Amino acid sequence: MIKIGFYPGCSLTGSSREYAESVIALCEAFNIELKQIPDWNCCGATAAHNLDKELSLALPARILALAEQNGMTEIVVPCAACYNRLSVTEHTLNADEQLRARISEIIEMPYEGTVKILNVIQMLQKYVVNELANKIVAPFDHKVACYYGCLLVRPHEILQFDRVEDPQTIDEMLKLVGAQPVDWAFKTECCGAGFSVSQPDIVGKLSGKIVKDAVDRGAEAMVVACPMCHANLDMRRPAINSYLKTTIDIPVLYVTQVLGLALGISREKLGLQRHFVPVKF
Amino acid sequence: MNNHLHHEERGLAADVKQTTSVAAEKCYQCGKCSAGCPVASEMDLPPSLVMRMLQTNRPENDEKLLRSKTIWLCLSCEMCISRCPMSIDIPKVMDFLRRRSRDEGKVTDRAKDIVAFHDSFLLSVEKTGKLYELGLIAAYKMKTLHLMQDVTVAPEMIQKGKLHFIPEMVKNRKNIAQIFKKTIKAKN
Repeated sequence: MIKIGFYPGCSLTGSSREYAESVIALCEAFNIELKQIPDWNCCGATAAHNLDKELSLALPARILALAEQNGMTEIVVPCAACYNRLSVTEHTLNADEQLRARISEIIEMPYEGTVKILNVIQMLQKYVVNELANKIVAPFDHKVACYYGCLLVRPHEILQFDRVEDPQTIDEMLKLVGAQPVDWAFKTECCGAGFSVSQPDIVGKLSGKIVKDAVDRGAEAMVVACPMCHANLDMRRPAINSYLKTTIDIPVLYVTQVLGLALGISREKLGLQRHFVPVKF
Repeated sequence: MNNHLHHEERGLAADVKQTTSVAAEKCYQCGKCSAGCPVASEMDLPPSLVMRMLQTNRPENDEKLLRSKTIWLCLSCEMCISRCPMSIDIPKVMDFLRRRSRDEGKVTDRAKDIVAFHDSFLLSVEKTGKLYELGLIAAYKMKTLHLMQDVTVAPEMIQKGKLHFIPEMVKNRKNIAQIFKKTIKAKN
């Protein structure tokens, strides 16, 4: 049994709980135990980052400090936004001793910067990919548009994950379960992210361009690794359709749901019934 | 106008540099940031123009920047810095300008919904330690009076099990309250 620390983040307990469900189901299938960081808090997301620098560092630092306190050396953070905020905080505080001391004082906890932060793809690459082939029962024989968004790949100097303009890791992983990734132009364009509520028209436009290109290139499904991307491409489909003046019914799946389907994990366990755009695979 | 380009920096550009270490004078106006920015077409000042205005060191330009909609429309998607040949951290400049704009009470009315959303979000985090999505929507609607927005989405979210009625809470809420008190609340 492999044990990894787990930071679900707020979205995964609410609007994107199917992401958490599919991550957990997949880890179960590979004998990985995910141990939640006790008493974790919100990372602050875009709101903290937009309004106050110290707050945007202190909230993630509390999470990382709690992980350290509980003896965790490695945590998986499936939400791309949380992964980004935690990674940026770790990087910023490791590079600035004075700031780290100041943030430690704010959170009233020591913070050493020793926890390794993995996004969901890195976790799968490390613990799942090598054993994937033996477990496939239903190859995912569909054309997919792998959509990485912003926060999984940028800023590259800090995250050092995949290629910044034409990332490949999700494409390569899905090929292993029989999917055919399409070559397309909107892999890392922003979906409108945190504007889902405050500027729904902008989200309809930005996400609309992304969905349209995926469909134009022949994709049958879009695959994501971020709850905000998922919410905008799936839940905001009416705004997308109204921007495009047509009805597009391409479903949006989390990478963990696609892998789960290939392994024969039940649709309910993967939370496919929770999507707004029906998944008919 | 060109005479201002290499003058000693004063005003906003100097403050940007001192606080963020970002040197606006390195920008040579290639325009890749504005070409790649997903919201440039919605902005009153595209990102390359923001950099140019900082370079001019003119108080009237500083004022326009702080009162712009641009700084609130920036999604922090980091596309601009990824493509900048001089690696100028424009998102960091936007962070600084937002903060300054708020401190000086210069937030444009055209960004009030965006700011209301951020405030509602942080209110939830301050009170519960986590994001309580239903509470966020309620607080946002009260602030903006967009009462009818998403009236069809919310019931479907509930039906799909995507919204909690009872917020999940951090146990050590005193710790969270302290964090807010020592950061964002200390300055406001």
